Formats: sequence, C-alpha cells, structure tokens
Amino acid sequence: MIYLRLAWEFVQIGLFAVGGGMATLPFLQRLGERTGWFDQQLITDMIAISESTPGPIGINMATFVGYNTAGVLGGIVATLAEILPSIIILVLVSKSLARFSSSRYVAYAFYGLRPAVTGLIAAAVVSVFRTAVLNIGLYQQTGLLPDLISLKYLLFFTIMLVSIRKYKKSPVLYIAIAAVAGIVLKF
Amino acid sequence: MAKELLGMYLLFFKMGMVTFGGGYAMLPILRREIVEKRAWLTDEQVIDFFAVSQTLPGIIASNVSVFIGYQRRKTPGAIAAALGVVTPSVIIITLIAALMQDFQYHPMVRHAFKAIAICVCALILSAVISMWKRGVKDWAGVVIAVAVFALAVFTQVSPVWLVLASAFAGVAMKRAGKGKA
Repeated sequence: MIYLRLAWEFVQIGLFAVGGGMATLPFLQRLGERTGWFDQQLITDMIAISESTPGPIGINMATFVGYNTAGVLGGIVATLAEILPSIIILVLVSKSLARFSSSRYVAYAFYGLRPAVTGLIAAAVVSVFRTAVLNIGLYQQTGLLPDLISLKYLLFFTIMLVSIRKYKKSPVLYIAIAAVAGIVLKF
Repeated sequence: MAKELLGMYLLFFKMGMVTFGGGYAMLPILRREIVEKRAWLTDEQVIDFFAVSQTLPGIIASNVSVFIGYQRRKTPGAIAAALGVVTPSVIIITLIAALMQDFQYHPMVRHAFKAIAICVCALILSAVISMWKRGVKDWAGVVIAVAVFALAVFTQVSPVWLVLASAFAGVAMKRAGKGKA
C-alpha cells in the first residue's frame, strides 16, 4: 500500500527534520535513494519549483515529492503526514511554552543541532551540485574527466552565488533570471 | 465555533498563498494580519513563536500557524490553521507537477530547468553559508558540522541518527563543560 508507506516516511521526516523546510532536503534525498521512488533530477526540479511558487518551501517539497510518487492523493498524504507530528508536539508544548523555551536542555541540544543541520544541508548541496553543475551525463558516456566539468555551468554557478550573497534579493528573482538565461544560452 | 474555525482556516489559507520561500518569509504578512489587523498577539509574541518554532521539528510556517491557531481556539484552531496554511501549496504544486509531467522533456523547459538547477544549488549553498555564520560558533560546532557533513556524503547513515546523535552530543558537551567550570 503505497499511501501508507508514503505516510510513514513523511511522518518520520516531519518528526526528525528540525530547523525548517530546507532541513527536510537531506531526508528527501535519502528517501529517493532508498526507495527508488524518484531521482536526483526530480529533487533539483522540486527545489526550483518549491522556491519559486507560493507556499512555504517545506510544504511545497512534500507535496511535489508525494505527487510524483503516488499522484494527487500521494501529494496530499505526504503533506499531511509531514505536518502531523509537529501539530501533536506543538499542541503538547503550547501548554508549557515558557518552560520549554527557557529550558537549559533545549538550548544544550541546539548547541549540537545547529552545526549538524548546517552539515546535513551542506551535504545536500554536494549532491545537488553533482547533478546540476557537473556534467555527469556526458562523463558517463565518454569516461573523460574534462567532460565532467562544464566551464559554462561553473561560471554561471559562481556568478549566481556571488550575486545572491551580494544583493540578497528574493530567490524568486534569481530563479526567474536563471530560467531566461537557460533558454537564451541553451543550457 | 464552526464559523470561527472556517474563518481561521481561510485566514491561514490566505497567508500560505502569499508566502514565498521558507522560515521568516511569512513574518511580514503574519504581522499585518495577526498583530496589526486583528490584535490577536503582540509583536513580541509573534517573534517568540517563530523562535520556538525553529527549535521544534517540522516546517516553521506550519509550526507558527499551529501555535497561533492553538492560542485562539485550542486544538481545533491549531488543526484549522495548519490545514489552511498548507492547502494553497497542495493545490498549486499539484497543478505545476502535473503540467511538468507533460512538458518536462520539451527542450525549452529542459534548458530553463538546467539553469534553474544551477541557480538553486547556489541558493542552497548561500543558505548554508548564512547558517554556518549564525550557528557554528566554536571548535566543537566546527567538529560536529564537518563530521555530520562527511557522514552524510560518504556513508548511507540516516539523517535521523545524525540529528539525534548531535542533539545528545550538544547536551553531553554542555553538561561536561559545566562540570569542569
């Protein structure tokens, strides 16, 4: 029963992804590798669409993956399953919110969690980089190392990164620029 | 009661609809609707909800919605708010994903998405740089971040274990540090 498995996987993601939408990315990548439901290409499409459409990015990613795994109902199941654990936890915490947020142990746990989530998302960048910037397809055909690195892609990546850091505009703007550049320059 | 819950659902539907991106992207619209228009909460309370939401599992936008819904109408309010904030995503993403399946092999779409993928990679790397600056404050942090990064890249270990282990490591190190001092 695909819907039950999907629900179970997304309940786990909702329970263990701490720190917001982007923190679910490493879990989604591992889910694809483990189950074969979707590949790395779909993951990069997923991030692109989730960043550039209305709605919180974490919710958008859950719906996108769920839809591509099991259709319309799959998207609904994945999304609801992902928010279910936090609804339960938050309702429980709400009653003693002040005590929770001033707890020493919560602060201690986050002393370890913040760097860990940074490391996890950095690892996700590596696998996105492999499919997005490196020319894996051509390299696999020819086996030649120079074919792996595309100067055009690498240059575009650098320009994007520098302008994102420098101008700090909305991601939607950068994605729109990239879409136009991709069509005009035939990426 | 039912009418109020429907109102709650529609309010969060509207806010989900105009939020782009993640985390604090929802803050401006939330302030306008909840603090300025309705005076349900103060500015400080909204900021507190965001701060606590980051320290809990789940998507920040839905976490904040649950807190506000609960504050107003207990558990039914929390559920109405959470469902409201995710509904626009479900509708819009389902439509786009369905369209994508028809057009994803069109050359122009592929060219656009190839470049968008590169842009997205830069966007996430930029987010990691910001997170590093905010969250990695000392050598212990560097060690944890690098260790988790290496384990995630080179092994098949589940992120679940890495998250649990680092939370315990944080508690253990802070307690040990306190003992010495």
